[in-house]
Amino acid sequence: MTARVLVGVKRVIDYAVKIRVKPDNTGVVTDGVKHSMNPFCEIAVEEAVRLKEKKLVQEVVAVSCGPQQVQETIRTALAMGADRGIHVEVSGKDYDSLGPLQVSKILAALAKKEEASLIILGKQAIDDDCNQTGQMTAALLDWPQGTFASELVIEGDKVKVVREIDGGLETIKLNMPVVVTADLRLNTPRYATLPNIMKAKKKKIANMKPGDLGVDMTSRVEVLRVDEPPQRQAGVKVESVEDLVSKLKEAGRI
Amino acid sequence: RGSVIYELSRQYDQPSGTFHRSLLLHQLRHTVKRFCQEKLAPYADEIDKANEFPRMREFWKEAGELGLLGITAPVEYGGTGLGYLDHVIVMEEISRVSGAIALSYGAHSNLCVNQMVRHGNQKQKEKYLPKLVTGEHVGALAMSESNSGSDVVSMKLTARKEGDHYVLNGNKFWITNGPDADVLIVYGKTNPEAAARGITAFIIEKGMPGFSTAQKLDKFGMRGSNTCEIIFEDCKVPEQNMLGPVNKGVYVLMSGLDLERLVLSAGPIGIMQAVLDHAIPYLHIREAFGQKIGHFQLMQGKMADMYTRLSSSRQYLYNVARACDKGHFSSMDCAGVILYCAENATQVALDGIQCLGECLVVCTAELVMPTSHIPSIAAVVSA
Repeated sequence: MTARVLVGVKRVIDYAVKIRVKPDNTGVVTDGVKHSMNPFCEIAVEEAVRLKEKKLVQEVVAVSCGPQQVQETIRTALAMGADRGIHVEVSGKDYDSLGPLQVSKILAALAKKEEASLIILGKQAIDDDCNQTGQMTAALLDWPQGTFASELVIEGDKVKVVREIDGGLETIKLNMPVVVTADLRLNTPRYATLPNIMKAKKKKIANMKPGDLGVDMTSRVEVLRVDEPPQRQAGVKVESVEDLVSKLKEAGRI
Repeated sequence: RGSVIYELSRQYDQPSGTFHRSLLLHQLRHTVKRFCQEKLAPYADEIDKANEFPRMREFWKEAGELGLLGITAPVEYGGTGLGYLDHVIVMEEISRVSGAIALSYGAHSNLCVNQMVRHGNQKQKEKYLPKLVTGEHVGALAMSESNSGSDVVSMKLTARKEGDHYVLNGNKFWITNGPDADVLIVYGKTNPEAAARGITAFIIEKGMPGFSTAQKLDKFGMRGSNTCEIIFEDCKVPEQNMLGPVNKGVYVLMSGLDLERLVLSAGPIGIMQAVLDHAIPYLHIREAFGQKIGHFQLMQGKMADMYTRLSSSRQYLYNVARACDKGHFSSMDCAGVILYCAENATQVALDGIQCLGECLVVCTAELVMPTSHIPSIAAVVSA
């Protein structure tokens, strides 16, 4: 039985919220805006908890990087069945510039420290859509990776992953330890039942700083400007194909 | 359309009234909301039209699995071991999706289960609570009679002692969950001469000879919350099914009413929230005279009125619930809170009708439903 699964969970702006760009164009408004666990991270937690219920793993550890508020996200993971949590405190400017590179360094360090043999992450976060953290973490650890997983099966010391790719489905077999990133169809996350929500209150969340893990938080990326997408212009109806072609030529499209 | 409303409602999901210092309450609310969206919202329309919830028993078991049916029941009997504020939040979110099912839920989880928790002895709790809490059994409570509503202690149902049994004779009316209930708490006169001091509470099981239910009532509001008359004809109830001491039932009844009013007040809160969920987005979409109707002063006034009525009702309710959780029970406040919430809900629903206008005439029960539930709330107030 695999000892430990590490699951990364990210606190993001709720998917249903209408995003507004800050007046100074440095980012989006987050103050007072509803936040939730990234939907793909929910799927990752669900998968880890199911593995534990099947007795294929012993312990599920939920990790999140960010300020105080991310503890809510970790608690949600605990309520879904994770055993304990780790809160890596990142705030202020470091949090503003926090991206996949730093997170994957943190996760890699934690995986070694916790002796995890499986890391499950969401395939991407719905705020930045980077789709990089899983891949970078695997590279830093020199572990194999199964990304966009729609199915995950542990077979002894190997993992079979069915991946959703452009051409269809690809099935691969990986030697543990591995990094897997969850895609939409991997599972349907459970409701946290009330008794589990209450049990989660007693579960432990350890606090640490990136420095404790020897991680350099310097960003290699600088956000210059954030703008709303251009307003969609009304279309123009044309009478004939010739008309369409001439209009496209006029617009310099062909 | 329902899911669009849900998504829109997620945006302003935390008006000041629902900002909880406790993460637990957030998680509770979130879980119940999701649960109701998936397991109840798709059926809400049809429930109201047909005055029936065909998959009620499955829903009950699903709610039981989530831990919703025994919020205030101790963990050792399978309950969730939480408090009144928690129960209020759950009730509110169910009501937001279906006022009728929320009423049935309230009757089961508060009127029946909570009374059992507060007054049952060890044997009774062990026997009846587990199945009520898992949802295998449906619970109800019966005090009102056709001639005893506000003056409930004038009830006429008698409970005559015969050896180690009590024989019940009489009828109860307006009994929520009556048609479905497996377990009912029933109040009767063990000493008719002693008026209020002659009332005793009993636990009745469906199937006890002499106990029967009459036809389901076809109601104007709260349709889908099954209500009926229940009949006792020489129904023999073993004396170990007495709930609380003999002739002291009025204390069981009256103290129970306080908490019933408290928890059921969350019903109108959920309804008011549902009205806002529908009306506010509509005001931002519908146009007339060249602008969104939400820009007209009258509509803005209505929005402000609806919002403040909901918010003030909510704060009153949550505060009284918190006080109860700390052991301070005020009959005045429990009665005050349901009076306040119910009357505000009526007003908010009427304002909502004005906002939705002719759309209401054409639309499905999903929008009409919140408003049609209001008359039933008044019934609870008078009780």
